[in-house]
Amino acid sequence: MKVEVRFFASLRDAAGLDVREVILPDEASFDSLMNALEHELQAGALDALRADNVRVALNQELTQPPFELAEGDEVAFLPPVTGG
Amino acid sequence: MHREIRVQEQDFSVAAEYGAARERLGACAGAVASFVGLVRDLRSGAADEAVEALCLEHYPGMTERSIEAIVAEAAGRWPLLDVVVIHRVGRLEPAAQIVLVQAASAHRSAAFAACEFIMDYLKTEAVFWKREESRDGARWVEATAEDRHRVSDWNGGG
Repeated sequence: MKVEVRFFASLRDAAGLDVREVILPDEASFDSLMNALEHELQAGALDALRADNVRVALNQELTQPPFELAEGDEVAFLPPVTGG
Repeated sequence: MHREIRVQEQDFSVAAEYGAARERLGACAGAVASFVGLVRDLRSGAADEAVEALCLEHYPGMTERSIEAIVAEAAGRWPLLDVVVIHRVGRLEPAAQIVLVQAASAHRSAAFAACEFIMDYLKTEAVFWKREESRDGARWVEATAEDRHRVSDWNGGG
């Protein structure tokens, strides 16, 4: 199945890209996505994604891993936010 | 209650938003409070370093919903009649307008408080990221300890 992964702000810098389509076996989980990303992203990117202050959104809803993935899901990695 | 949330690159006019709110409100509101945030020319935390630009990034869809949640929380706390939040994204130079929060109520205390509450939550909860550009490079900005403290105060924390 296909999953779209998005990286924002400092995590885009760390990943070296803003969006990546990842092909995973059926019944994949967040952990299988992280394993796939380890091979697809530049060195050091995974450490940045795993930092304590990084939040994960599944289909634009903040979701605490671990979770299961489905075809067409959108997973986003969000560093600390600030607006205003 | 009328609520309007816009995330946009283009600038906004406080006069136009205030005028539109007055048309909507007629004579039912006794108070309209507006807050405008501007880009400062000094880097936060380092007084002697000039900021050349502030680049704001968002997550289309999720960002708007994060602001809607903040406005809904404010509407649950105060009797608001009309709330407008306009937040700009993209590259903004010093003195540019970043954000407008406008709240109308029957009485001023609710309008003032809602503006402050919404701004405090925009600082810590809204899905935006800011990169400060200066002569020496760029860095990502995070909410300050004071920003987080102010939100904690709204929840009765210390």
